[in-house]
Amino acid sequence: MTETTTLTERQAPAEPEPAGDPFDRDDLPAPPGATGALLRSLLAGHRARVAIAALVLLVKEGAVQAGPLLVAYAIDRGVPAFRAGDHGPVVAVALGYLLCASLSGLLQYVFVRGAARINQDVLLDLRGRIFRHAQVLSVDFHERYTSGRLISRSTTDVESLRELLSEGLQELIGVLLSFVSIAAVLLWLDPGIGAVAVASFVPLYLLVGLYRRRAGAVYAERSTAIAGVIVKFAETMNGIRPVRAFRREEINDAEFAALNHRHERSNGDALLEMARYVVGSRLVANTAVAGMCLWGAHRVASDSLQLGVLAAAVLYMRRLYDPIDRLGMFLNSYESAAASLTKIAGLLAQEPGVPETAAPRPLPDRSGSKGREVVFEGVRFAYRTGGEVLPTMDLTIPAGQTVAVVGATGAGKSTLAKLLARFYDPTDGAVRLDGVDLRDLSTPELRRGVVMVTQEAFLFSGTVAENIAIGRPDASRAEIEEAARAIGAHEFISALPDGYDTDVRKRGGRISAGQRQLVAFARALLADPAVLILDEATSSLDVPGEQAVQRAMDTVLAGRTAVVIAHRLSTVEVADRVLVMESGRVVEDGTPSALVTGEGHYAGLHRAWRESLVG
Amino acid sequence: MPEKPVAPEPPGPDAPDAAGTPAAPDRSTVRVLLRLWPYVRPVRGRLFTAAVVAIVASCLSLVIPLVLKWMVDGPVADRDPGGVWLGALYLLLLGVTEAVLFGYRRWLVARPLSGVEARMRADLYGRLQRLPIAFHDRWASGQLLSRGTTDLMLVRMFLAFPLTFLLVNGVTILAGYVLLLAQDWSLGLVLLTPVVPLVIVCSLFEGRYGVVARRAQDQVGDLTTVVEESVLGIRIVKGFGRHRSQARAFRDLSGQLRGTELAKARLLAMIWAVITVVPELAIGAALVLGTIQVADGNLSAGTLVAFLSTALALRWPVESIGFLLAMSQEAATATERYFEVMDADEEPDTPAGTGAASDGPDGVRFEGVSFRYPDAPEGSPPVLDGVDLHIRPGETLALVGGTGSGKTTLTALVPRLHEASGGRILLDGEDIARMERGRLRSLVSVAFEEPTLFSASVGENVLMGTDGTAGEPELRRALGVAQADGFVDRLPEGSGTQVGEQGLSLSGGQRQRLALARAVVGRPRFLVLDDPLSALDVHTEARVEAALREVLRETTALVVAHRPSTVMLADRVALLSEGRITAVGTHQELLRTSEEYAWLMSGEGKDER
Repeated sequence: MTETTTLTERQAPAEPEPAGDPFDRDDLPAPPGATGALLRSLLAGHRARVAIAALVLLVKEGAVQAGPLLVAYAIDRGVPAFRAGDHGPVVAVALGYLLCASLSGLLQYVFVRGAARINQDVLLDLRGRIFRHAQVLSVDFHERYTSGRLISRSTTDVESLRELLSEGLQELIGVLLSFVSIAAVLLWLDPGIGAVAVASFVPLYLLVGLYRRRAGAVYAERSTAIAGVIVKFAETMNGIRPVRAFRREEINDAEFAALNHRHERSNGDALLEMARYVVGSRLVANTAVAGMCLWGAHRVASDSLQLGVLAAAVLYMRRLYDPIDRLGMFLNSYESAAASLTKIAGLLAQEPGVPETAAPRPLPDRSGSKGREVVFEGVRFAYRTGGEVLPTMDLTIPAGQTVAVVGATGAGKSTLAKLLARFYDPTDGAVRLDGVDLRDLSTPELRRGVVMVTQEAFLFSGTVAENIAIGRPDASRAEIEEAARAIGAHEFISALPDGYDTDVRKRGGRISAGQRQLVAFARALLADPAVLILDEATSSLDVPGEQAVQRAMDTVLAGRTAVVIAHRLSTVEVADRVLVMESGRVVEDGTPSALVTGEGHYAGLHRAWRESLVG
Repeated sequence: MPEKPVAPEPPGPDAPDAAGTPAAPDRSTVRVLLRLWPYVRPVRGRLFTAAVVAIVASCLSLVIPLVLKWMVDGPVADRDPGGVWLGALYLLLLGVTEAVLFGYRRWLVARPLSGVEARMRADLYGRLQRLPIAFHDRWASGQLLSRGTTDLMLVRMFLAFPLTFLLVNGVTILAGYVLLLAQDWSLGLVLLTPVVPLVIVCSLFEGRYGVVARRAQDQVGDLTTVVEESVLGIRIVKGFGRHRSQARAFRDLSGQLRGTELAKARLLAMIWAVITVVPELAIGAALVLGTIQVADGNLSAGTLVAFLSTALALRWPVESIGFLLAMSQEAATATERYFEVMDADEEPDTPAGTGAASDGPDGVRFEGVSFRYPDAPEGSPPVLDGVDLHIRPGETLALVGGTGSGKTTLTALVPRLHEASGGRILLDGEDIARMERGRLRSLVSVAFEEPTLFSASVGENVLMGTDGTAGEPELRRALGVAQADGFVDRLPEGSGTQVGEQGLSLSGGQRQRLALARAVVGRPRFLVLDDPLSALDVHTEARVEAALREVLRETTALVVAHRPSTVMLADRVALLSEGRITAVGTHQELLRTSEEYAWLMSGEGKDER
């Protein structure tokens, strides 16, 4: 961003509503059913593997349950046979036990690995979706959403789903298996008691519903709260110098404590909801058991039930309710994951402001010239909130021309640049590159055509060479160094501890703002675009640095179309043409030498600038 | 970086040189986890009670089947209606008690455990705010963030489950073994045989799992960094159309994480299988031996059944040890990561008592100041090498030097964001190394090269530069100096408008003016401005300069300058070259006498470096 970016411009197209802003509440709307749809689509490719994993688990449970049967067989058949000198049954028991033990271990191994594979594939998919989608969303979106929230979505929220997937499947299958099989056994033993057992599912069902509603709200709050913590944390770490210099530590501690406390509360609330569920469900279960016993005992007394049946039923009753805790754990992970997925779905539901075309058109061959013609054809730009920034503008920049754009803050210079770089699309009209609408270009084609260098020279972690290579990832080391040389950055890069392989670490803490701008230029040189936009890209350079940039534009970038926005008129003077903008309109248009002699804005700016140079 | 987004060394944290990260061959899980004690201590009572409750509840769960059995064998069989009612009542009572105890255990730990997590996070945050800037230069913030979020969640989960259930299961298994040995000591010994191999396998597993768990946590940190940078550098990503290669880089990294997680799962699967199979084999052996003993008449069938059902009841407590150990191991590596940051040295405290008492104003003196980054490679030249400079009281001195000559570094030494490695800096005769940092920083006000605004209102952002006593008039004055009053008043809520990461984004020039207002609002004795006008247009710059001159008259200031227009603010200029001040004088003097200065200011005279 530059000086020229005004308040109205910054009111992002996402239509801010100050009080109930979904961004501030961290509550982007997801279409109804989006959460479920997201979960289904994540699992869609894995149905067969989920089924196999479930089957493995079933067989394993079978092998485990065979133990008691083998004990019974050993005592009933093995002992008498052994006494009779027949060792066969005992050997059979030994082998059977060996088999069951090995099988259950093996299947356990297979299940854990298989489930992890499904789990990790789903998470990989989800992380990728979040990241790719975020990359497509506009700059404006990110300014409002903040890096902290995106971090929260792709770490802590993904983590919630991981918990559900890693334990959920096993829990759910176990729970269903126990409920169904034991309820069936009870019904078979005695329809009356079985019916009571099944009836007890009704209050349990209601309890589960209540728990889900309450836990869902708590987890949504928790997800928002941790995102708030992360946003504050990230902001502090990224601004650690001013934090220190202005002694913000204690105030920050207090602000962080409030956010942290909000998370602590919702976290505790979630655990308490779980505790309530456990108490409630256990109460229902234990009351049902006591009731069934009482009723069964009375029926035995009136001879309508056999004692043996009651004895068996009583043992099964207890086991019927064993899995309700595990059900609780499952619901717990499920609600936590659902809350997180809702947040993720809200992010994924955001429409990219400048969508990439489905049917891209190629640019015509650069015929002779290295630059391309730029045409603004009836371009009007207004934010969705209504603030018009550019009234209708027609402008043609012939291929190879260097155009300087000057004007006061808010004149619309940056908007012009952003429209040309397609950070935004015009509200009306079209921006054309050699006759092709920018909206019809694929991203790679667009970036071969137009590259923008801004004032903020951000360095990604990695080496200096890698940072320059962002301009052209397939560039060789020689090409990278050539670009750095051309811009006069080679000297300082070579002086770094590992030269071009120096890791810039955290946003280049050791590389000065001026040096970063040089690296950003080297990037642009390497990208070798047909149209280069410089939006206040030389602000932190000293005079020699600025001259190096000019030399590079005269030599390496000679013949390119260039749009230069600069406050330093030294850059402007060498332009072929100057546009003076005011309130979104071009008010002066001519060569620098023609404009400087007049009495217009440019002449005034130029005088002020000359004065600032003399000392 | 699109191609290789993180430091390539695969294991180890992002900054292996920081905070003595051990490759940890002798890491003891228990010793690491014991470091949590100071945080657990305040809630130890509740945690302990919860463990006891858990044990009691487990015992109750064992008693309920016995009551059921008693009911069926006794009153029901005897057709004794009174006994039936009594039995049902007991059942109900036990059931209610059990339910309440289960809930009570969870209730006991719910708030305390989230409290432990929150306290650890607050301490981490507080610590990070006070660690030297050099520490932050080395550590990617994603690594710090992952320590404060996912790692602490692992610690909380450890305190909630494995800690309690390792204890509960341990007690259960011990009690079970006592019962088994009491029932039949020879068969009991058979069941004891797998203990030794299991302990060995478990300890092997722990070591290997710890390494992989650690790698996974580090990779999550790297992933966090990539996500953060993808947002902070979104304009570059978009400007160069690199979102696909960014996404590819992210995919590679998350692919690595997936690989590590699968390696974890493989280990977990293995240990779980071993823990399932080995005891089961022992039970099988006991069954066969027991059957033979029963056949030989040395053992009653009833005893064998009782023995085996006890053994089978121990199956879950034993099996669960696998994942409980895995969770503990993950918590241990998370704890280790946490304390790597907590163990880093804070900025050393300044010994109490101020430096030599100041005899009136003397301005700022640099005496033989040298500086090299603590992590600079051996033998590399220092950034600053014997800087001698005197800024007289009330004077404004411009600091000029080539790109990367150390100007910003020099300014960072004044508020002690970095500590000089040699020499000393005196403010009004007082050595800053002996001053308490808070006091020093209240005397020195800084406007940084990169104007960072915090998520707060415009007014709050500016008034950060004061001791909290300043109000609206000071705010207006400072905004006026920085020529920021005009645009601030046009903001939707004026100076109450929220800005910063969570507010309205302002342009570079607007932010720079607010940063300048922040630096001057408190009328500091000493002012450090790092290229404060770079993003301003010519007209605004001229107006700011005029207003700033008034402020500079009352204060001693060091101004980093890249251009003649900024130099004009200063009374004198110092030229920084190759780590030293090579010339001091007025702009005109230096233009005449210093070739380098003339070159820096006009780009002429020193053909092509």
